[in-house]
Amino acid sequence: MSNELTATDARAHEWRSRFPTVNYLNADYGIKSWLLTKDHKRIALLYLVSVTFFFLIGGAYAGAIRLELLTPQGDLVQSQTYNKLFTHHGIMMVFFFLIPSIPATLGNFLVPMMIGAKDLAFPRINLLSWYIYMLGGVLTFSALLFGGVDTGWTFYVPYSTNFSNTYVVLAGLGIFINGFSSILTGLNFIVTIHTMRAPGMTWFRLPLFIWSHYATSLIFILGTPVIAITILLIALERLAHVGIFDPALGGDPVLFQHMFWFYSHPAVYIMILPAMGVVSELIATHTRKPIFGYSFVAFSSLAIAIFGFLVWGHHLFVSSQSVYAGMIFSLISFVVAIPSAVKVFNWTATMYKGSISYDTPMLYAFAFIGLFTIGGMTGVMLAALGFDVHVTDTYFVVAHFHYIMVGGAMMGYLGGLHNWWPKITGRMYPEGWGRFAALVVFVGFNLTFFPQFLLGYMGMPRRYHAYPADVPLWQVLHVMSTAGASILGIGLLIPGVYFLWSMRYGRFAPANPWPATGLEWRTPSPPPTENFAVTPVVTWEAYEYRPVEEMRVIGPGESAEQAAGVQPPLDRAET
Amino acid sequence: MSVHIVPRKIYFSVFAALLVLTGTTVFAATIPFGRMNDVVAMTIAVTKMMLVLLFFMHVRYSSRLIWVIVASMFFWLLILLLLTLTDYSSRSWFGPTVIT
Repeated sequence: MSNELTATDARAHEWRSRFPTVNYLNADYGIKSWLLTKDHKRIALLYLVSVTFFFLIGGAYAGAIRLELLTPQGDLVQSQTYNKLFTHHGIMMVFFFLIPSIPATLGNFLVPMMIGAKDLAFPRINLLSWYIYMLGGVLTFSALLFGGVDTGWTFYVPYSTNFSNTYVVLAGLGIFINGFSSILTGLNFIVTIHTMRAPGMTWFRLPLFIWSHYATSLIFILGTPVIAITILLIALERLAHVGIFDPALGGDPVLFQHMFWFYSHPAVYIMILPAMGVVSELIATHTRKPIFGYSFVAFSSLAIAIFGFLVWGHHLFVSSQSVYAGMIFSLISFVVAIPSAVKVFNWTATMYKGSISYDTPMLYAFAFIGLFTIGGMTGVMLAALGFDVHVTDTYFVVAHFHYIMVGGAMMGYLGGLHNWWPKITGRMYPEGWGRFAALVVFVGFNLTFFPQFLLGYMGMPRRYHAYPADVPLWQVLHVMSTAGASILGIGLLIPGVYFLWSMRYGRFAPANPWPATGLEWRTPSPPPTENFAVTPVVTWEAYEYRPVEEMRVIGPGESAEQAAGVQPPLDRAET
Repeated sequence: MSVHIVPRKIYFSVFAALLVLTGTTVFAATIPFGRMNDVVAMTIAVTKMMLVLLFFMHVRYSSRLIWVIVASMFFWLLILLLLTLTDYSSRSWFGPTVIT
């Protein structure tokens, strides 16, 4: 017993000596202190590790898909296996990476800190949401290991109910369970943002990151129950032959698509809205200017969340949906472009005459604006009834949604991770490597997905493992795409390596390395468990940035610990 | 936040009402109402849902804010139903294309 204590003490001493102050990382030790933690920051790190794990799995499947498409023949895998590869890639990436990525990691970490709270409103529910997420993830992952699913991530009926002989129910059960994790996170955010803002933190002083997470939480709560029930109905029809979707039992297959996309289209906004929140923060911080048209950007998040629920029928244009319904959905889909464009124009206007830095987070913000615009504009093309018929189920659609999901959501996630990495770990990432990786990711991404627009427009259908060899251009484009995917893969591995490296060897981060105005930067890095030494009182508007010229004279301003009269420890002050 | 204490009697009577209504659903399924089949089944179902919502979920004793939130949930359900019905109600307007 005494031996054990000494070992723990030694570990404690070693670990504390690395971080000069007691903070959330070194306040407690051992596996139990992590698995039973109620601290939103530790739960965010639990999520970070798990979404990274599922991302690696999803990425491995993507690699296999690209490898197969290198040649026109099905020589690596046959169609049956290929069906499973893209299904697994989609399920892992959509449900277990993209949807929780920003809200559950950066959102969990930053929502309380940005509003000046000690934690989320329901810390136990927050921990529960991670366990539910892991249970769902393990169930779905086990379905993939036992033999997999081949329905596509969309689980379209009647194939998923009547014909597929794969583990549809088990994979669906995992996704059903995972849905509750999203609902709990959304509920937690809404209650926290309503009730736990620091004194003086009025709604229009909130960082735009908070507004976009509020909008995302609304979608979580209003949309997720519908996908959960829809997947449950598939299981019921497969197992108990309840007639919901099967015409032979009195059901209707198109009803599935209505119910599925009622959630899954807003789910796209679950992925992109938090990324937009991140990008708003990055642009304000790294151009040293308040966001142009703050309230327009704030309300455009809510508008996207609401309009996002009215457009799902654009996925059904060729699914025997009524033409008249198609016209309505097409029109409303065009309308969603307006709040999205409001954001893009306002970010651009923010950069005008700003003191733009080219640090890694800002590079990702640039990438986001460009790639999201391409993804969004091709989305407007797809919302047009006539054009959509031409490119339905082709690589044009695949390229479009990867520009939104990877070019948008992933860039926001990576940019945010770099921007707040000093706050999360107390260490700086290597800036040179960061910029290099950002460029590699940008080049790799475009080389992967831009050729797919051309392939799709020329008629290459999605979800096929082989393609005609007598059109040589197709293979050229596919080779470009596979080469790009390899570059993208390397570009994503580099941050993985230097993030891990920086946790031990990176230089210590000051409380406010950028320096930014948000509350999360007015407390030490890494923050103490209770986030702030004293409850902050907010007397300033959001993004009260000063140009760098002015900053050189009057400095970045006091951090919370300086304001509280705490001297920053020497080894941190020197950085 | 004050918590309204609901007498046990109310819980038991709501439970009994739910059981009776479930029995009614089963019984009503055996009688052919023709076009009114759906209306009858849905009326009973909505009544049961309202009982659960108002009494078991305490909405009846809750603040106006909770009422607004519950109402917004119904509004979202309405979006799901109405926009889906734009499809089903207008499919027959456009007859099958006959290629000659």
